Amino acid sequence: MDNRLLIAKSEPLWNTNNRVIFLVGSLITLLFALPLFGLNSFYLHLFIMIFMHAVMAQSWNVIAGFSGQISLGHGAFFGIGAYATSFFYIQFGTSPWISMPIGILVSGIFAILIGIPMLRLSGHYFAIATLLIGISFQVVFQRWDLVGAASGLWVPMTSEDSWLALQFHKSKVPYYYIFLIFFLITFFIVWLLSRSKLGYRLRAVRDDPQAALSLCINVSNYKIIAYVISAMIMAPMGSLFAQYILIIDPDRVFNIEISIIVLLITVLGGIGNVWGPIIGAAILIPISEYSRIYLGGTGGAVDLILYGLILMIICIFRPDGLISFVPKDILERKKQR
Amino acid sequence: MTSEIILQAIITGLMMGLIYALIAAGLSLIFGLMDIVNFAHGEHLMLSMFSSFWLWSLFGLDPIFSIPITILLMAFCGIITHYFLIRYILKAKMLIQICATFGLSIFIRSIAQLLWTPDFRNVDKPLLEGRLEIGSVFIGQPQLIASLVCLIAFIGLYLFVTKTETGLALQATAQDRHAAEILGIPSNKMFAIGWAIGLGCVGVAGGMMANYFFIFTDVGINFALFAFVAVALGGFGSIIGCLYAGIIIGLVESLGGLLIDPSFKLLYVFVIYLLVVIYRPQGLFGRY
Repeated sequence: MDNRLLIAKSEPLWNTNNRVIFLVGSLITLLFALPLFGLNSFYLHLFIMIFMHAVMAQSWNVIAGFSGQISLGHGAFFGIGAYATSFFYIQFGTSPWISMPIGILVSGIFAILIGIPMLRLSGHYFAIATLLIGISFQVVFQRWDLVGAASGLWVPMTSEDSWLALQFHKSKVPYYYIFLIFFLITFFIVWLLSRSKLGYRLRAVRDDPQAALSLCINVSNYKIIAYVISAMIMAPMGSLFAQYILIIDPDRVFNIEISIIVLLITVLGGIGNVWGPIIGAAILIPISEYSRIYLGGTGGAVDLILYGLILMIICIFRPDGLISFVPKDILERKKQR
Repeated sequence: MTSEIILQAIITGLMMGLIYALIAAGLSLIFGLMDIVNFAHGEHLMLSMFSSFWLWSLFGLDPIFSIPITILLMAFCGIITHYFLIRYILKAKMLIQICATFGLSIFIRSIAQLLWTPDFRNVDKPLLEGRLEIGSVFIGQPQLIASLVCLIAFIGLYLFVTKTETGLALQATAQDRHAAEILGIPSNKMFAIGWAIGLGCVGVAGGMMANYFFIFTDVGINFALFAFVAVALGGFGSIIGCLYAGIIIGLVESLGGLLIDPSFKLLYVFVIYLLVVIYRPQGLFGRY
């Protein structure tokens, strides 16, 4: 267990390695400048998907990497977010900017409701229960007439680009910046979380629940907190995705593939590490998009075959993910005197 | 609603339950042996149904007669799974174990989808057809035979595990791997045997179901979910618990479908699962 747990102090912000600040700063500048070079819409789409999946994987990382609970039905929160914005927009014409927080809130409430009974379970029991939860959500939404049942919701198109309705038809650049900003905010929040008191306690819960309990850490409460944070990170991505593609149906937003890909990205990049999901998404999403272009298209699930294969290979040879190839001292915090 | 319909639902549920029980027994055996939940169990079921289907469609072998071949193929598949994947992750963290078998499930399902397309198939005119009429209750003949075969296989499995020397060695390994090794029981070999038997059970269930069930690449998901629930319900690692749990699930599924709404079958089973794991985490018949 981390010996910082004993003093249980959060890591101050200025206590960061200069190299990390430099790397991250230049990366952010580069990402902001990228659309100015005139990328075509395929590359913009690729980057948007990378940002979206990195955030989704980060959300899974909070529950699985930090607190050690494996959720196999995380797509449920993605779907709730997607349905919240589309439903309110269609029914009441509410701007996505207002309904997105509603989606986040509903996700959080669902996470509490699901979490209270289920996070008392551990290990396999929890994983199986979340697998059932994910599929139950899909089944319920497929039969719920108010939200369009199996045919889903079609968001009516605005005639012009609109920031209020969050629809842009001429170019993907605004979407790029929106996803980029959400991506940066999420990563900053999770980065802070990983260095905070809460983050250390979550890791204590993951590594040794018994010992954590003996240090007066309420194990199940902390698991629920992690689950709620994780759900609230997931929901806005669903909302933005719904605004990006403008048509959602239960098979798309509650698909088990979403739960699979967040797991895969995180495990590939490095589970329990803030930087893992970025690495995972930056490698996996291009592979998946290109394999769909060159190999897929006939209904053959080539990208899924690759996912499964990569997941098994990583589990066998590199259980700590690709981040473990990076020398430790680059990412480590500054040594304390 | 008359009593006949309810009786019909009970019998249907009972017959399905015996099949769930056998599938769950394979899962439970593997879990009890090495603490690994095989998240690819549904995909293995799908493979066994396809093996039965292809033996029928390529060689004209009826699913009833191809059962031994299917069992052998599945046992072989289990040994391969153990040899190429499971033995590397035995000592890994639980998270990695779950991810690895989950990865295997995605891999098998999508390979099947690529090779055989996601079409629905079924075996045309199998030997077992038609239905029996007892009083006012109809019993499908293939379903009846399938559930009886599953019950026999289950009893065979139980006798094997409790009575034979290999079975006792399996139990010893399940209880304490290291102590068993000291007594000269090679645990690696036992694990391979466990996988072979576990997937052999799935082979029986899948081969019998090929007689009357649609065969498609996603067929395994629901059965695997019910098998997970059955294993949790019966107590992880308890084989006889799976029998009761499978029957309970079959009954809940068919009676819930009859009395409330058939499209939410999964939810009823899910509720049962939650109630059991919350109030009785060791399962209804768990040994802990």
